[in-house]
Amino acid sequence: MFMFEKAMVGSRRYWIWVGALLAVIAIAFGSYFHQLSYGLGITGMSRDVSWGLYIGQFTFMVGVAASAVMVVLPYYLHNHKEFGRMTILGEFLAVASVTMCMLFILVDMGKPMRVFNVFLYPQFHSVMFWDMVSLSGYLILNITITLVTLHAEQQDVHPPRWINPVILLSIPWAISIHTVTAFLYCGIPGRTLWRTAVLAPRFLASAFASGPALLILLCLLIRELTSYDVGKKAINSLAVIMTYAMVINVFLLLMELFTAFYSQIPELTEHFKSMYLGTVSPNSLLPWGQLSVFLMIASLIPLLVSTMRRNETILAFTCAMVFSALCIDKGVCLIVCGFMPSPLGTMTRYVPTLPEASITLGVWAVGALMVTVFYKIALSVEIARQASYVPAYEFTATTSATGLQQHASGDQSA
Amino acid sequence: MKITRKEFLEISGACLVTLSGKKVLAVLDSPEDEKSTPSSARKDRKQLGMIVDTRKCAKKQGCTKCIEACNRAHNIPLFQESDHQIKWIWEEPFGDIFSSYETQYLEASLKEESTPVLCNHCDNPPCVRVCPTGATWKREEDGIVMMDWHRCIGCRYCMAACPYGARSFNWVDPRSHIERLNPDFPTRTRGVVEKCTFCAELLPKGQVPACVEACPERALVFGDLNDPKSEIRQMLAKDYTLRRRAELGTGPNVYYLV
Amino acid sequence: MRDRLWIIAGLLLFLGFVTYPMWQDLVAGTSSRPPQLVLPTNEKQCVAPVTYMRTSHMKLLLDWRESVVREDNHKYVAFNGKVYDMSLTGTCLRCHDRQQFCVRCHDYAGVRNPYCWDCHLDPAQVKRSAQ
Repeated sequence: MFMFEKAMVGSRRYWIWVGALLAVIAIAFGSYFHQLSYGLGITGMSRDVSWGLYIGQFTFMVGVAASAVMVVLPYYLHNHKEFGRMTILGEFLAVASVTMCMLFILVDMGKPMRVFNVFLYPQFHSVMFWDMVSLSGYLILNITITLVTLHAEQQDVHPPRWINPVILLSIPWAISIHTVTAFLYCGIPGRTLWRTAVLAPRFLASAFASGPALLILLCLLIRELTSYDVGKKAINSLAVIMTYAMVINVFLLLMELFTAFYSQIPELTEHFKSMYLGTVSPNSLLPWGQLSVFLMIASLIPLLVSTMRRNETILAFTCAMVFSALCIDKGVCLIVCGFMPSPLGTMTRYVPTLPEASITLGVWAVGALMVTVFYKIALSVEIARQASYVPAYEFTATTSATGLQQHASGDQSA
Repeated sequence: MKITRKEFLEISGACLVTLSGKKVLAVLDSPEDEKSTPSSARKDRKQLGMIVDTRKCAKKQGCTKCIEACNRAHNIPLFQESDHQIKWIWEEPFGDIFSSYETQYLEASLKEESTPVLCNHCDNPPCVRVCPTGATWKREEDGIVMMDWHRCIGCRYCMAACPYGARSFNWVDPRSHIERLNPDFPTRTRGVVEKCTFCAELLPKGQVPACVEACPERALVFGDLNDPKSEIRQMLAKDYTLRRRAELGTGPNVYYLV
Repeated sequence: MRDRLWIIAGLLLFLGFVTYPMWQDLVAGTSSRPPQLVLPTNEKQCVAPVTYMRTSHMKLLLDWRESVVREDNHKYVAFNGKVYDMSLTGTCLRCHDRQQFCVRCHDYAGVRNPYCWDCHLDPAQVKRSAQ
């Protein structure tokens, strides 16, 4: 496999981490086989709450996948050179998260062996068909881009010219995957929590906050563990993007709350009441809903105060807050509370079961393992390049973007 | 190939306009009758529907004959815990079904009056719209919203889409939870969604749905809504009836006479 | 060339492994014995010629399934003009015994029993278990 040998050498620490992830995946496999033979009844889902953690996490990870565009777009369209060393990390993160999305869909299916029915009997009026198309397309685009650019960097040559239109295509495609995912929900007539035109914008805003938050954390971690540094400027730029996205996300949430609570239409308020106030009737997810709102609001302070944002320790904490707030909000509450109350007004309890949590964790471990292996490969290529002080070349991506030239000179000074 | 940012934006904009333009033209081009007439209203086709006469139904307190008949005919499993229940026709308090007609002065007994609910076999069913495999579809010849359990992948998108909660998922293998097996009808397997089919298996034999047959008060009236001479149409012409959440544009075909 | 012995021994061992099921069947005397199928007594002719049913009964069943479930068409006109109700349990199992016919042959041929029976009920079995 492509440069896979580079992932097969590593320190003791590396192998312990890989081993731990494999162990989590193995346990998840065990739970999944149990689910296959017993049925989805081993999860906490029910007739009334028919989607749970799996579909929630799927939705959240689509956002993380789409957010790669927040480094790709400034770099390739705006010649924002600082992101040169970050784009490949962002794109690899996208590959891993799209894979996670597909796994989450697969584990949620009652009849996973029939998954190809979606392509055998395509239904063009189903948003889920288009979601499958856009997700698989995005996966193919990102695999192509990462492999081709990384290969070129390893050979120290220009990437082939045909890759430029592919990269440009990946930008609107990234927006499309999360828009289509929002359409899955907002196009449903009976579920008032989702049936709102700001759902797609809100999905995108929260994606462009949570994805960069994760990427910043990963970049900081890489700097701790290896000699690869994406640069302070890149991290600061990405933090600014995350700030805008988070502010817009909170703004859109407030729009939703205003519309519901000023109009006082019970249909609109009841979901938010059960989600954040718990006044409709007891809701097992109430503390999580409240925690996510608290974290969202609290994260705005260090995000908006630029001195705090530039302090990398505080930034790391802020990123963790942003990421977990949105992972709870979009990855659990927004989906599950859409079913509370049910069409007939019942509030059904939803608590994920142990096997369900284990499978979810297993999918996360698959993602983490993919990121680990991809980053290992990419960084060994990059670090080898740094060490050899190769002469810079011009990278003709768009308007003769010279992102990589910048790094080469930056490396010498470093 | 060298594209400037400006050119890229221009090209993508142009593409979007062309794409949307095509859609608009397609709509403008389509013949008039296709746009305005729902498929059910075309004369050559049936639209099966049902009236639930709640006054007749209320006469027999505690009667669940229609539900029992359906459960027996379709091998519907019984679960103690409500989480995994399978329901084709079941009862709900009237106040929950038509919550907007409830007033605070209404007697509790009336609010709590159990009323049968089932799939509405909508004119414009959201479950069919969202199904990614065509495992559920609206039959052209009689308007039944059918299920193909061989094709369902168990994604449960239809359950999220149905505004009536009419769909059930087989969370576990149902067979061991069926009291008495009816060999004339299949059971389902774990991992597929099911719902009422207006007894599509009985209609070709000239029979009416099992629930209609079983009702001792004849409170359930079944027939073709596209046939002006049918009993159901005669009844609908003479009385005001309610339909569940008709404001959603789904066009439910189960009517409630109150 | 000095490794010839090892190579030949290895090849023999490999051949032995690959053909193991054959040897086992020979020793147990199972392979030459065709399954004892219980044939229907109430009918002489199946819905299609025997040769066709032997090779393509699954295709026929899938065609029936599509026709009944998706097209609401329940009548099958057979090759000899006879009309049948397209039903696995109602028509096929009226003559054939599932255990003695379907399952036996599938087991013998090593073909996994299809998931038809996850849902479709064998009336004879239902009757037996009810008693």
